[in-house]
Amino acid sequence: MEFFPASFSIFYQFGNAFAFLVISCAGLAVIFGMMGIINLAHGEFIMCGAYVTASTARAGLPLPLAIACGALTAALVGMVLERTVIRHLYHRPLDSIIATWGISLIATQAVLILLGPSMSGTGTPLGSTLVGERSYSIYRLVLFASAVGLLGGLYLLFYRTRFGVIARATIQRPEMARALGVDTRRVYGLTFGLGAGLAGLAGGLYAPTMTMVPTMGATFIVESFVTVVVGGADIFLGAAPAAAILAVIKAALTAWYGQLFGQIGLLVAVIVVIRVMPGGLSAFIKRWQR
Amino acid sequence: MKKNPNRHLMAAMLAGTCIAGLPAMAQDGPIKIGVLEDQSGDFAAATNVKVHAIELATKEINDAGGIDGRPIELVIYDTQSDNRRYQEFMRRVLQQDQVDVVFAGFSSASREAYRPIVNQFDGLAFYNNQYEGGVCDANMIVTGAVPEQQFSTLIPWMMEEYGPNVYTLAADYNFGQISAEWVRQIVDEQGGTMVGEEFIPLGVSQFSQTIQNIQESDADFVVTLLVGAAQASYYEQANASNVDLPMASSVNVGQGYEHKRFTPPSLSQMHVTTNYIEEIDTPASNDFVERFRAMFPDEPYINQEAANSYIGINLYKQMVERAGSTDHDEIRAVLGEGDVCFDGPSGNVCLDPQSQHMSHTIYLAKVEEDHSITFPEVWENIEPYWLGDAGCDLTQNDPSAQYTPSNPPPAQ
Repeated sequence: MEFFPASFSIFYQFGNAFAFLVISCAGLAVIFGMMGIINLAHGEFIMCGAYVTASTARAGLPLPLAIACGALTAALVGMVLERTVIRHLYHRPLDSIIATWGISLIATQAVLILLGPSMSGTGTPLGSTLVGERSYSIYRLVLFASAVGLLGGLYLLFYRTRFGVIARATIQRPEMARALGVDTRRVYGLTFGLGAGLAGLAGGLYAPTMTMVPTMGATFIVESFVTVVVGGADIFLGAAPAAAILAVIKAALTAWYGQLFGQIGLLVAVIVVIRVMPGGLSAFIKRWQR
Repeated sequence: MKKNPNRHLMAAMLAGTCIAGLPAMAQDGPIKIGVLEDQSGDFAAATNVKVHAIELATKEINDAGGIDGRPIELVIYDTQSDNRRYQEFMRRVLQQDQVDVVFAGFSSASREAYRPIVNQFDGLAFYNNQYEGGVCDANMIVTGAVPEQQFSTLIPWMMEEYGPNVYTLAADYNFGQISAEWVRQIVDEQGGTMVGEEFIPLGVSQFSQTIQNIQESDADFVVTLLVGAAQASYYEQANASNVDLPMASSVNVGQGYEHKRFTPPSLSQMHVTTNYIEEIDTPASNDFVERFRAMFPDEPYINQEAANSYIGINLYKQMVERAGSTDHDEIRAVLGEGDVCFDGPSGNVCLDPQSQHMSHTIYLAKVEEDHSITFPEVWENIEPYWLGDAGCDLTQNDPSAQYTPSNPPPAQ
């Protein structure tokens, strides 16, 4: 095999695993990292985004707009839920786990009852391209670009905008922020909405490549939780490098030994990380920086 | 106030035990059929229709006077695609509801979850699903197709048509593992080569590395034994990567109607051996579809399990009427005569006394570019021969075990 096609193939598999981890965990990481809420309804926000994307795309909307629609709908649903349920549980983290789990069960069964056990998807756009002797799905490369773009966008949002500064202030010293006149409840609401919207975006981006069923969110759950646990509370210092490391582990093990070992590798990695650095990568990196 | 509901419950339970204790009374009452199927959860898309098929058969039989003059009463529970629910509800229908027979189960995992309970209470269960084969159990009657019926027809045809190099992609649990073993064995017998075999954990939805492995191999066709909604994402992703290889399967189309649900052309060139799907264009099949849609106009798809469930109820009716009783031993004595047959939607089928499995007409369904179905080949009256040949004979003894080609029944 020639050098370029071989290295492209390795890059493609790594990029594919990286994109899946980053895109599926971003929403969870924002909500957990910024608010300390473990959102077990994460998968259902993904499902919501995917369903809205698929149905608006089938109604004739161009796919990028349909994906935006899916993300926005999930964000709105997230903000409503934050106001009605999550807001009352900020000081009871264990209760918030139960509450979000309940929301996830209700959402899955409600979609099953209202929309039936499956829905037709949209089909993957953009076709395939030939590199060397093999053909690759172009949409997968778009997903990788989206993952990188997503990280960049979040960085700009949190470090270069007024909302970002206020949000970080609210997370670090809520009392101080309140004393300076920040409406912290509104910031929490917006942050939860942002997390839900990112989950919806994940659903929208992956909707064209997957089977649409009410339980589809569950297929993202393991990967997203593993990434957040390995990464720790900070999305840039934690989730992003964690996704890169896990993507290497997963892509390599899957290539050599098959899907089962890719899956085992992910879970072994998370056990080792929890044992060695309980705060995740981000706590480790922060301590090392000092 | 708090004591009252408890007392009522006790009274109801006592009354229940009294009635259950009087079998003479039950003889004249309705025949009770327990139905444990997944009406919600991961498998619901394929299994809701089984409940409807049972309801259709029940209505037709009851309208025509019932079984031996006794009406059928269905006791239906939603097992929620959850194996623990199967165990819970199997105990309930056998102990509390005292049903005469149970129709239960979609996945092989669910069947193996409830089968010990059926054995424990010496019940009788119909399993109406295609599966990996090998269940040799006197308490079970299996109307679904088994590997020797689906693979001994499909694999040689595919090798003849497309070439001898086979890549298998299978779900990593008992169904996928045992089916893959069958494929391996038949490919070997036919002088072909397994160029690859990969087992996918249930719930995996990302296949790009697997797709690359397939592209690197010299496969002439891919055998896909993937199960569940997550794994079904393979077809869309393989199509997006332009894998462009013929596919063969025993599970798709015939139960989850993927050709209707997925966007064309993701499933094109899929070949499936099935004993029934609604596209089969025979007078008996068209008549069945018409009666089905008259009762359930919104039914998305009538799959092979629906036909099997419908056939199962009618076979049970025949056996009870010939036995003159719902007693399991007497029913099995009728089965042992070897001529329990039913000419239904999928053609004429008969129960095999040795294995208590069913013969089938096997249709090769090919999915075209636009996801329409053609039938390049039909094999009539394919027997479930393997268990009998391997030494399972339920007319002689009842091992209540599941066997595989690499783990056959012990020699007598």
